[in-house]
Amino acid sequence: MTWLNAIVQGILTGGFYALFAVGLSILFGVMGVINLAHGDLAVIAAYVALAMIPVTHLPAVLAFVVVVPMFAVGGYILQRTLLQASLDRDPFTTLLVTFGLSVVIENVLLEVFTSNTQSLNIGSLLFDTLNLTPQIPVSYFSLVMLAVAVGVLGALQLFLSRTGTGRMIRAVADDREAAQLVGANYRHIFGIAAAIALATVSIAGIAYGILSGFTPTAGTANLLFAFEAVVIGGIGSLWGTLVGGIVLGIAQEIGAQINPAYQVLAGHLVFLAVLALRPRGLFGLRAAT
Amino acid sequence: MSAAGALLEVDRLTVHHGQLRALTEVSLAVRPGEVHGIIGANGAGKSTLLRTIAGLHKATSGRVVLDGADVTHAPPERRLEAGIALVPEGRRLFPSLTVEENLLVGRHRARSGPFDLAAVYSLFGWMAGRRRQRAAQLSGGEQQAVAIGRALVANPRVLLLDELSLGLAPIVVQRIYELLPKLLASGVTILLVEQDVSQAMRAASRIQCLLEGRTTLEGRPGELSREQVERAYFGSEVSGSGADAPAGGLTGPAAAVGAARAARGEPGEGGPPR
Amino acid sequence: MTALAPPKVPDLAPAPAPEVRRSSYPSAWLAGGSLGAVVLLALMPEIISQGGLVVLLNFFILLTMATMWNLLAGYAGMVSIGQQAFVGLGGYSVVVLAVNGLNPLASIPLAAVIPALVALPISYLVFRLRGGYFAIATWVVADTAELVISSVTALGGGTGHPVPGLGSLSPRTFGDVTYWLSLGVAVLALAVTYGLLRSRLGLVLAAVRDDEVGARSAGARVMQARRIVFVVAALGCGAAGALLAVSQLQVQPGSIFSVQWAAEMIFVTMIGGMGTIEGPILGTVLFFVLQQNLASQGAWYLVILGSVAVVVAIWAPKGIWGFVSSRLKFQLFPVGYLLGGRGSTGRRR
Repeated sequence: MTWLNAIVQGILTGGFYALFAVGLSILFGVMGVINLAHGDLAVIAAYVALAMIPVTHLPAVLAFVVVVPMFAVGGYILQRTLLQASLDRDPFTTLLVTFGLSVVIENVLLEVFTSNTQSLNIGSLLFDTLNLTPQIPVSYFSLVMLAVAVGVLGALQLFLSRTGTGRMIRAVADDREAAQLVGANYRHIFGIAAAIALATVSIAGIAYGILSGFTPTAGTANLLFAFEAVVIGGIGSLWGTLVGGIVLGIAQEIGAQINPAYQVLAGHLVFLAVLALRPRGLFGLRAAT
Repeated sequence: MSAAGALLEVDRLTVHHGQLRALTEVSLAVRPGEVHGIIGANGAGKSTLLRTIAGLHKATSGRVVLDGADVTHAPPERRLEAGIALVPEGRRLFPSLTVEENLLVGRHRARSGPFDLAAVYSLFGWMAGRRRQRAAQLSGGEQQAVAIGRALVANPRVLLLDELSLGLAPIVVQRIYELLPKLLASGVTILLVEQDVSQAMRAASRIQCLLEGRTTLEGRPGELSREQVERAYFGSEVSGSGADAPAGGLTGPAAAVGAARAARGEPGEGGPPR
Repeated sequence: MTALAPPKVPDLAPAPAPEVRRSSYPSAWLAGGSLGAVVLLALMPEIISQGGLVVLLNFFILLTMATMWNLLAGYAGMVSIGQQAFVGLGGYSVVVLAVNGLNPLASIPLAAVIPALVALPISYLVFRLRGGYFAIATWVVADTAELVISSVTALGGGTGHPVPGLGSLSPRTFGDVTYWLSLGVAVLALAVTYGLLRSRLGLVLAAVRDDEVGARSAGARVMQARRIVFVVAALGCGAAGALLAVSQLQVQPGSIFSVQWAAEMIFVTMIGGMGTIEGPILGTVLFFVLQQNLASQGAWYLVILGSVAVVVAIWAPKGIWGFVSSRLKFQLFPVGYLLGGRGSTGRRR
């Protein structure tokens, strides 16, 4: 029964990892670059929510309402300035710039908020559980987050396939120059993609802040998990990311079941195994080149 | 040459690719209702010329003027709104989008005019039935048709066509060129680049030849002799041998060579189709 | 209708054969100058305090790492963010060897080889990914290495392990010897990099840098060149890690596997100038100047360093050395070729 519990908890965690991963996946799909500061941006969202609550007296659950639009706007601005400037050089530069950004963010957070573990308190909501069986308690909040993850993926799918802007994002991802010829201002499209990516990662960041304690350097682990979910699921596949996140979540929960120290390691090993045996991932459209 | 009455005017355009000069003071004027054909060997700068007019390359010097408005420094999307649309070399459809989505994307900044999706579907009878297929699944000729449709739905005033015949079977090329009179009738002016010289001579009302980034010849197809075109196409050291004739041939024996080549489905001068 | 004059046939009179050289100055100068600098540095224990020696020792450790990262990213185009894996493995190798009775100082070469041996199979895994995906995959590998090592209780788990067998030396001798070792490792790292780049491998890498697609048609050789670089970089970072372990008398997984090593080696190389031998040297000097002046300010030096690296990457991608050398037309360590007669400035690749 403990194993079944591990799988159930893994699925719940997986939805959460997918939420982290989807923004990384979108930015890579549209611009062909990896944002190494992705995890740190999530952590910023958690800290912004933390700093906001005593000022606004909003309940923590409502932090989403303020922080998510803020991050969407911030993502657009970040893309149109720093990231675009680096992209104008080459993807290699963007990689280094986002790594620089990641280190800068972590150390600024460290100086401002210290290395103490913080968490966002939503009171009893976090602890109320639905008992599938007495041995398998499922936190309502985790369930809600899994639903949010599925909802976000579904909304994105609809947006990309049904709206003009979504179509244009896919067109730019396919062929940037041809998209310019049909009238796309690709910089603006990149900005929109970044806005979506940051909005989703801020949801993930706040959820992370609620589910577990966080420190300024938590971004690295989040980036690695998001990346692993993307590669396991298969690069370029929206729903593959969800499956990848769930596989990673289950692997970690099973690892933790064996020995709590093996939780992250088990996830890494599954990722490395997928890389060795099936580099396209489970639902990959293309190899990660 | 007087630019009076020109819809699209290019004035002493010089373009560099990095250190390399691709175009040197090329000028041209396209009048409304014309088909202006650019010919030239591989690397002559034909595609660079069209891409610069469409805004994908920056001009080092010179001007691009559409109906009196200088668009030299406008980004591609502004030029599209002004009425310049390019059908790029190699078609460049969005492979993961369906046929219909490719056309819808083409409507993104469309001007008002006769062409919408329905008009394109009636222009190409087969297309509506396959509009839910991904562009990547189409044949080369079908992709070329969608690429033209994608540019047309923006209702351009000047349509730039880059190497329509590249990699396509002769019969398919013929069908695509049969389209041009219909487009002209709907008020579109055409500037085309073509390696197949005889095809360009048939389709164009004006011919301009580029060699190493410079204009070497310009005139009406009927008024140009074969020797003139050959000299302009290759430069001064033209041998008499037919083996070196421009792709597709010109007139007389060379045309026969070209026709034979075309019938075998071989690409013209300058390497494999991309 | 205008038929223009045919273009002029270029004048094909035979030009004098161009002279091809590596350097704009006699190579004896480089040899002499380098030797002089090394001798001067080797005499440092006689000149400066033990505290100063420790700073220099850390300087050489970082210089070694930066030189290795420069070889990876600046020359072979592989952005690794996981070199701390090999730093850590080098450090832990010293511990394992020392526990088994080897003198820690003497075991450094062997301790550096072990990470290189680990790097070889890892390369087959991570080379499946390119660009940004390669970068994060190396990061995952480093995290995995840290987690594996910290789960070994015999090595002290998460709290780490002291390096045994160092008690017999006097503090003075220990300080001098570790300093000389770090100097030797750094000089070796620079010399090996210089040698590799002037060999056939350097040509292959230059070809990849100039034309990735074209060079890939020579696929296997490119892959092999990249693999060699990856293993050499692991060797160098392993040696740096071994030196770290010895000089700090202990290893602790959280610190020796820290991504901060990657950050520092990346930033100093970017700021100094990627793709030049001189860049990491200059960058490491600047790093230590900055660190000495901001030592009391906590993590701010990393914030400043990271910000400067970002600015440099975007607006001066060749770094400070690239900026200087393009103005002076001068390189200390020429690994390219110069074309043109004596006296002409020549074009450098």
